[in-house]
Amino acid sequence: MSITVDDLNKTVSLGLTTAIKKSKINFGQLIIEINVEDLYSTILYLKTNNKCRFKQLIDITAVDYPSKENRFKIVYFFLSHENNLRVMVCINIDEKKKLPSITKIFPSANWMEREVFDMYGISFNDHPDLRRILTDYEFEGFPLRKDFPLTGHKEVRYSESKKKVVSEPVKLEQQYRDFDFSSPWEGTEYIKKEEKKNKEK
Amino acid sequence: MTKQKKTMNLNFGPQHPAAHGVLRLILELDGEIVEKIDPHIGLLHRGTEKLIEHKTYIQAVPYFDRLDYVAPMNQEHAFALAIEKLLKIEVPIRGQYIRVLFCEIGRILSHLLNITTQALDVGALTPSLWGFEERETLMTFYERVSGSRLHANYFRPGGVHKDLPRGLTDDILVFCESFPKVVDDLETLLTDNRIFKQRNVDIGIVTKQEALEHSFSGVMLRGSGVAWDLRKSQPYECYKDFNFKIPVGKNGDCYDRYLCRMEEMRESVNIIKDCIKKMPTGPVKSIDGKITPPKREDLKNSMEALIHHFKLFSEGFRVPEGEIYTAVEAPKGEFGVYLISDGSNKPYKCKIRAPGFSHLQAMDYLLKGHMLADVPAVLGSLDIVFGEVDR
Repeated sequence: MSITVDDLNKTVSLGLTTAIKKSKINFGQLIIEINVEDLYSTILYLKTNNKCRFKQLIDITAVDYPSKENRFKIVYFFLSHENNLRVMVCINIDEKKKLPSITKIFPSANWMEREVFDMYGISFNDHPDLRRILTDYEFEGFPLRKDFPLTGHKEVRYSESKKKVVSEPVKLEQQYRDFDFSSPWEGTEYIKKEEKKNKEK
Repeated sequence: MTKQKKTMNLNFGPQHPAAHGVLRLILELDGEIVEKIDPHIGLLHRGTEKLIEHKTYIQAVPYFDRLDYVAPMNQEHAFALAIEKLLKIEVPIRGQYIRVLFCEIGRILSHLLNITTQALDVGALTPSLWGFEERETLMTFYERVSGSRLHANYFRPGGVHKDLPRGLTDDILVFCESFPKVVDDLETLLTDNRIFKQRNVDIGIVTKQEALEHSFSGVMLRGSGVAWDLRKSQPYECYKDFNFKIPVGKNGDCYDRYLCRMEEMRESVNIIKDCIKKMPTGPVKSIDGKITPPKREDLKNSMEALIHHFKLFSEGFRVPEGEIYTAVEAPKGEFGVYLISDGSNKPYKCKIRAPGFSHLQAMDYLLKGHMLADVPAVLGSLDIVFGEVDR
């Protein structure tokens, strides 16, 4: 017995009345927004509820919006084989907030949470083994944050004189070039800025 | 006197022929029994997701070739689909058929490499020699259509880059006639082989429940008896038009996964044949000049085409604001792309969901209590490619 996205939307909003802040259907996938406090219970509900049956965690990721008050949006992706449906669970948090780990519900969340920690510096409570995962052993900083430069801070090379690998600040032979190709008719960045100034005057 | 239990730590890789790339495993061994495995990944981390945020949509496509580099076009497919959905454009039917054709070629490429190297890991050299010969033929098809054997950059948003060159479909058909014989030959070498069976049967067993909990997908899931294939269950492109079977395993061990892959290759050959037979005529990419480049001839005659061409390869196209998750059934499992657009010509965020990442994660649980010699066998059957695990 499978259900449609609309049915799922109704079921979820009935079952999780207080937890859900917002829900919408986007390209046939349900997106729900919740608070951090409700994360654990919501995910447990999605997994165990007889109608939802989201038995598979697909991925966890974060999105960085540096200008927003709640800087990070954490997104959990779930898949239900029985219903052939997907759901995204979003949480908006600020930099200092810690998230509960869901490794107890889905063991595969382990590495995914480690990756979010590695890339964005978001911590998880009760995680069994929260280490960096993809970056180098002595890496500093969180590479997928928008304020982390594309070139990074350090580069490694083999030093012939010291006979070992050394890490040094990045030296670029040529500056990284980022051209603004936007159409001048629609307004490139600098024209937009000037226009704004003129308007303010 | 009490006996003290002593465990030994062993480094497996990063340079090890059976590590399938740059994987470092820290094994905790009690004699020859594996007690704990801690995989250290990221030695091939190139920051693909960060790079994509700084490139236009068209420039980002080649990064996907470099993820799972044994079946490059399948990755491009997920990205192209995501963009097309956000742009709300349709790919012409011939373009869809060409995509399916090359996705299935990619599937055979990947499975061939996996099966033969898995056999190599457990001591059989011949299959890899035979398999690589076939892979070479398949890669010439890649080359003829896109100009390069591996990093194709062929599936562009809106369709495929160029139409098939003359005579290619005939050559693919010739291949489809001869290839099943090669699969049969591989089977005579492996399927009933005593050593191959001893090394793979009942090794690395995954139950249905565990496969779901560990986010397995693709053959890893089907080997455990879950009939789930995105091509069937959430058909994208024109997969609806094809009739194919989904091979499902029974015991969920390495041997069943091997059998599934063998069967999938046969199914893929049938899809390819069917695809060529049904191949419609018409354009291969969207005719929207704002999204796909104009024809070469038009550049010489049409001012508009010239402007389109210039804008497309400098500014690129803008994608309306929105977010989307699309997934395709790549040879290794569910390959997904989570794309967020802020309305500009560059993706705001592009998260790549690689199947190998969750498969490798399960190493510890899969191998607890197994012998050291089973580590390469299980690793082989997980079908790991570091391009996609490390991203």
